[in-house]
Amino acid sequence: MMSANTIKIESWSPLSKMSAALAVAILGALAAGPFLFSANMVDQLITLFIYVILAAMWNALAGYGGLISVGQQLFFGLGAYAAVRLAHAGVSVYPALLLAALIVGAASVPLSAFMLRLKGGEFAIGMWVTAEAAHLFVNLDALVQGETGTSLIELNAYDTETRRAFTYWAAFAAMTASLAAVFLLLRSRTGAAIQAIRDDEAAAASVGVRVFATKRMIFVLAATGAALAGSLWLATAVSFQPKTYFSVQWTAYMIFMALAGGLGTFEGAILGAVLFFALETVLGASGVWYLISLGGAALGFSLFLPRGVWGTLEDRFGVRLLPVGYRLKISEGPDGANGRPASATPDERMMPTDSHCPAPPA
Amino acid sequence: MIWINQIVQGVLLGGYYALIACGLSFMFSVMRIINLAHGSLAVLAAFALWLLAEQADISPFLGLLLVLPAMAALGWGLQLLVLERALRAGALIPILSTFGLAILTDNILFEGFGADTRSLAPYIGSLSYDSWTITDDVYVGKLAALTFAAAAAVLVGLHLFLTRTQLGRAIRATAEDADTAGFVGLDARVVNATAAAIAMATVGLAGAFLAMRATFDPYAGAPQLIFAFEATVIGGAGSLWGTLAGGVVLGVAQSLGAKISPQGFLITGHLVFLVTLFVRLAIQGVGLSRLLAKIPGRA
Repeated sequence: MMSANTIKIESWSPLSKMSAALAVAILGALAAGPFLFSANMVDQLITLFIYVILAAMWNALAGYGGLISVGQQLFFGLGAYAAVRLAHAGVSVYPALLLAALIVGAASVPLSAFMLRLKGGEFAIGMWVTAEAAHLFVNLDALVQGETGTSLIELNAYDTETRRAFTYWAAFAAMTASLAAVFLLLRSRTGAAIQAIRDDEAAAASVGVRVFATKRMIFVLAATGAALAGSLWLATAVSFQPKTYFSVQWTAYMIFMALAGGLGTFEGAILGAVLFFALETVLGASGVWYLISLGGAALGFSLFLPRGVWGTLEDRFGVRLLPVGYRLKISEGPDGANGRPASATPDERMMPTDSHCPAPPA
Repeated sequence: MIWINQIVQGVLLGGYYALIACGLSFMFSVMRIINLAHGSLAVLAAFALWLLAEQADISPFLGLLLVLPAMAALGWGLQLLVLERALRAGALIPILSTFGLAILTDNILFEGFGADTRSLAPYIGSLSYDSWTITDDVYVGKLAALTFAAAAAVLVGLHLFLTRTQLGRAIRATAEDADTAGFVGLDARVVNATAAAIAMATVGLAGAFLAMRATFDPYAGAPQLIFAFEATVIGGAGSLWGTLAGGVVLGVAQSLGAKISPQGFLITGHLVFLVTLFVRLAIQGVGLSRLLAKIPGRA
């Protein structure tokens, strides 16, 4: 006997509605940060916000887009450099931070035309080489004077308290905007397209996905986010030394955050940033052991827990806090499949339909 | 004449680049993995040789007899424990694993040896600075010539190995089509592990020459990886001789750039790489995997 199953496609579940409400509440509390927390805590939170931006952007690029780049420090460094340049040219400091990110984002569009034609490992290293080249060119700038660097002395216009508060709010706004941008992108048609491309580019193209345009969108978004993180880092660190900003270590941090949190999961990026921040707080003082743990963790996670902490939790318990994917809600019809009489509560089976498996081996 | 000298030096430098690139290129052709820990492992070998020279008074050339087999064993283990597993999880996971391995290696070396730059030059006597004077302006360093000769020998050796020996044919077959090779009794795991072992041995040799011609420190691996990658891509075309050509082009570009300005060395190298990549993509639309799809050995 055919049972009339009804299938509903929905994105929000009761759990995700609760989580979203909770997230908004947390964000609201954080927004009042400078008034609530101590100076040290505010500084720590600024760092955490920047890490969240980096993690979310790298995760969007690699976990959802399948574009593993070992060169995002290119945009991180260029964002900071553009901010210094703009501030020295007379642009007001905090708007300069945003403007710098937008300029670098715009510059990444022509770059994408070239870099996105590379695949896999060559894209990864190609981005790294471009970062190295950019580092060398920035060194040539008379303002920067090689590795001596320069500082964002325009920040002197603000006293310490105000500067801290403004930087906090700038970082908070940037983090919220970045997360919102990634979230909305992933929920949109483009989000489905980018995951289709990640899983099988040829198949995606065959169903009409505009592969290059979609990849470019994610690439530019990730570039703008990284540049914003870079200019914000400049606002907290004040000094700009090319070697620090263009260091491949930033990519190591991003990789750790994305892998540990959960490659290809939205919540995973945030969790990864928190984990990284905690690790840094605990181990940071022990010098190189902290980097050894990062490297070892990246290696370990990629081999044994490729879905990261959140991804594994998600797989095990089927829980999804924020509705980035879609779910099928299948309810049994009036004639139950096993001949049972219709029950008052429909038999719900939640099957997330977005796949976040890494691409199958070539 | 000074420019002629720069070109000569560039060609000899290219020999070193070919040596460090051939392991990367070989591993990519056979296993489709770009090993981001490539440079760091070369530096590891350099430190091992340094340790032997410093603690046990073993000359680097004798030390190679110990270090090369050790590197080969490392390659074997790397393939079986790390790379194979990583490949199973997805085509892009090996990038993350090898990057993690690179960070791990660099920082463990730092923890063990500190930040001091070191060199093997003190242990090879006058070889590090001896040269032949060709003309007033052109000199050929003996070590540079030896490096070039070693690179050529390794490339010839690999070519012969891949075309003439059973194991070489097995490697080519597995690289071409692992499943079908399995039908005729070739164990892909063993074959790939052997290829990794060979690649790592060349990496060890390259690390030795790096340490002899220049200085190294725990973080010297990353630039070496980038040079190796650039030489591989510039040469392309799947043949080992392409790697030599790529190395030479990179070396010459860098040497000429150095003549223009001190920072020119690195900048010209990167520029030549990016331009070559761009031209190749624009003309042929061919990426690295298609570039290296031709099995090594067919020159």
